[in-house]
Amino acid sequence: MRKLHTFHGGIHPAEHKLESSAQPSLRAPLPQRLVLPLKQHIGSAAKALVQAGDKVLKGQLLAAAEGMLSAAIHAPTSGTVAAIDFHAVAHPSGLPELCIVLQPDGEDRWLEHAGFDYRALPRDELLNRLRDAGIVGLGGATFPTHVKLNNAQHIQTLILNGAECEPWITTDDRLMCERAAEIVQGIEILRYLAQPADTLIGIEDNKPQAIAAMQQACAGSGIEVVVIPTLYPSGGEKQLIKILTGKEVPSGGRPLNIGVVCSNVATAFAIHRMVNHGEPLISRLITVTGNVKSPRNIEALIGTPIAELVQLAGGALEDANGYIVGGPMMGLEVTNAQLPVVKGSNCIIVKSDKLFPAPPPALPCIRCTRCVQVCPAELQPQDLYWFARAKNLGKAQSYNLFDCIECGACSYVCPSNIPLVQYYRFAKSEIWANERDKEAANLARERHEFHLLRIEREKQDKADKLAQKEKAALAAKAAAATQAQPIPSQPAQSQPAPDPATVSATDAVAIDALRAQVREIAHPEAKHTKE
Amino acid sequence: MFPPFTTQASSVREIMFKVLLALLPGIALYVWYFGPAILVSITLASLTALATEAVMLKLRRRPLAPFLSDNSALLTAWLLALSIPPLAPWWLVVVGTMFAISVAKHLYGGLGSNPFNPAMVGYAVLIISFPAYMTHWLAPQGLGQLELNFMQQLGYIFGGHFPAGVTVDAVSMATPLDTLKTQLHSAHSMGDILQMPVYGNLGGKGSEMVALGFVIGGIYLLANRIISWHLPLTFLAALFATAGAFYLFDPAHYAPPLFHWFSGAAMLAAFFILTDPVTSPTTIRGKFIFAAGAGFLTYIIRVFGGFPDGVAFATLLMNMCVPLIDAYTQPKVFGKKGEQ
Repeated sequence: MRKLHTFHGGIHPAEHKLESSAQPSLRAPLPQRLVLPLKQHIGSAAKALVQAGDKVLKGQLLAAAEGMLSAAIHAPTSGTVAAIDFHAVAHPSGLPELCIVLQPDGEDRWLEHAGFDYRALPRDELLNRLRDAGIVGLGGATFPTHVKLNNAQHIQTLILNGAECEPWITTDDRLMCERAAEIVQGIEILRYLAQPADTLIGIEDNKPQAIAAMQQACAGSGIEVVVIPTLYPSGGEKQLIKILTGKEVPSGGRPLNIGVVCSNVATAFAIHRMVNHGEPLISRLITVTGNVKSPRNIEALIGTPIAELVQLAGGALEDANGYIVGGPMMGLEVTNAQLPVVKGSNCIIVKSDKLFPAPPPALPCIRCTRCVQVCPAELQPQDLYWFARAKNLGKAQSYNLFDCIECGACSYVCPSNIPLVQYYRFAKSEIWANERDKEAANLARERHEFHLLRIEREKQDKADKLAQKEKAALAAKAAAATQAQPIPSQPAQSQPAPDPATVSATDAVAIDALRAQVREIAHPEAKHTKE
Repeated sequence: MFPPFTTQASSVREIMFKVLLALLPGIALYVWYFGPAILVSITLASLTALATEAVMLKLRRRPLAPFLSDNSALLTAWLLALSIPPLAPWWLVVVGTMFAISVAKHLYGGLGSNPFNPAMVGYAVLIISFPAYMTHWLAPQGLGQLELNFMQQLGYIFGGHFPAGVTVDAVSMATPLDTLKTQLHSAHSMGDILQMPVYGNLGGKGSEMVALGFVIGGIYLLANRIISWHLPLTFLAALFATAGAFYLFDPAHYAPPLFHWFSGAAMLAAFFILTDPVTSPTTIRGKFIFAAGAGFLTYIIRVFGGFPDGVAFATLLMNMCVPLIDAYTQPKVFGKKGEQ
């Protein structure tokens, strides 16, 4: 038996897992229309490769990964690109995003595709294929998988996250029950890439069926299924790593810093489908639960509208009043049923006042420190709240605001019903905005200073040239006066005409050096803060 | 709505209500040993607190309903009423409560914003302004020279006069702590003093039982996780250690530590006053420092100060230090444990 560790705090919210976990999953029929946001992952948006009117096949690349941190988007079915336009998406900002709208043709015809032997490929090539298949972390954070694995070689521990600690959500549970063998095949690919000493799967003890299925599938593979106590948020990456290894991911760091890579079981499944079947990430399992007739898990194409999935779960009951995308602890409330599900959508909860009553009005904080007792990041939420409220952002940062994982445990226990996480998000976004402004101002000032410098230099050059000319003229005059043999003129012409390319190159170096100098003088602290 | 969309059903009102509930055993024993006069002062204090709270909320343009029903003003009222002698003119408790709620609580920003424990501020104001009234405590039943019936007590509280031929000295007496101090000054030995009828097994007769009632309430609060053990246990340990050190040094002149535990407001302070979350530190290390300081100061003020008890001033002095204590006792967060 592996020795388990504990993280500080945590809560036991009502689980509500049984509603949807008992039903076998269902494959959704083709929807009327698919809406595919170009940004469904952390990083920069993918770059669209198709135009309105293009006919596409299922699995065809629609948008390519753009830049270092990005992931590709594929056609979930065959059809016609109806538009590339701004469309409402499930995002806290409420701002529309650029989406590819796909009109299915009903044939669901695949692009030619096939699995491949990953062991025959160089590591880089395999990672590139993950990127081009649009594989991102499916636990919710949607971090591009190829980036995560890029530097992960010969690590200590590979952890598969099957904890699924948030109430109501059961997609990982169902997936492990139904697709255990395929998940293990995906894990083997991850093991090939990361070459870990240990491979562990962490599953909360409220999923006995999934545990049994995974144990059976892992038999003889060297992968260890570790049953952990049910405690929210044990599925948080840092918390799960702590439970399984006793190590803490350093503040501001990544699991790789302590020799750990953590990936969701659903991501492992997606990797398996890609490598062994050649299928890019175009569908996922989603829990549809809450105030619906028959809650269940549904395998849906990415881009399917919420409304169609709710219909497949028997439809919303009468007193339904909105949807939560994600879980009840960290999810997002939306009212528009036409919003598409994206790669990171693991759950849709239909709301009602009975299931999710509005909290009573917030009272002042009485410093009872119930939040401190449950905070898995070991923060002082009441102090952070105080600083965020007062817009004392520097103080909030020095009290480790950015170590907050926004799990919501503090708000859950707050007797004053203060929406604490909202305050932290506000403070974080204010700090980011301030930093962007500062950066922009610095850049503008540098440009301006450089502009002045250039004018000065041009003036100097002109003056020098003029002086030289005058000197030459004077010399010529003197020579003429002595009536001697005219001296062959040599001054400026003695140097070969400089090649414009080299000039600009040397200038660029000089400019950079100058910039660095200016920056250092203007912001001696900048270097410090960036570290 | 914001995430999380689900919350634990707990509220400030419920927390405060449970604290009030936890005071009941102590109050019941108080009535048993000292008569029902305490109920009069609790009622007076409660009504004054609610009225003052309402007026202050109105003046501050805050909604009345959520704050009047949060039970926090009632708790301040009860704690203050339990800290002052029940046999006193009605205006004493009224003035103290009004000051506690209006100045110590609302002028600092109301619920959650007051740096000082309002009940202790009320007590401090009364003992400084009306010291004479604050020393006339009811004698436990069977010990007074004269005993007033409840109607006679009401007559004094509201009318300010005793039945013919009765003086305040005849119906009241100094507290056990006060008695100890004066008797020691008259060069009696500790052993002789503690044999006096005013003393029971551990502290004062009757009052030691009331203290026990507060311990029972405290255990209820601990069991319900309304308070954590850090503050009460540290306070009691510090008081015990300080008293024990002096007692070991000179048992003839210093009372045994258990006496200090069960005299005055020590138990009330340990479980109900220091544990006020608003005015105590939020960090664990901070709680240790705060409570240890309060225990130490309580003893010093009791033994070397001029007041009958040290709890109120010890609490207020430590309240003052809370922001500093919190700032210097911040724990290491997740992922920063290795850093220096």
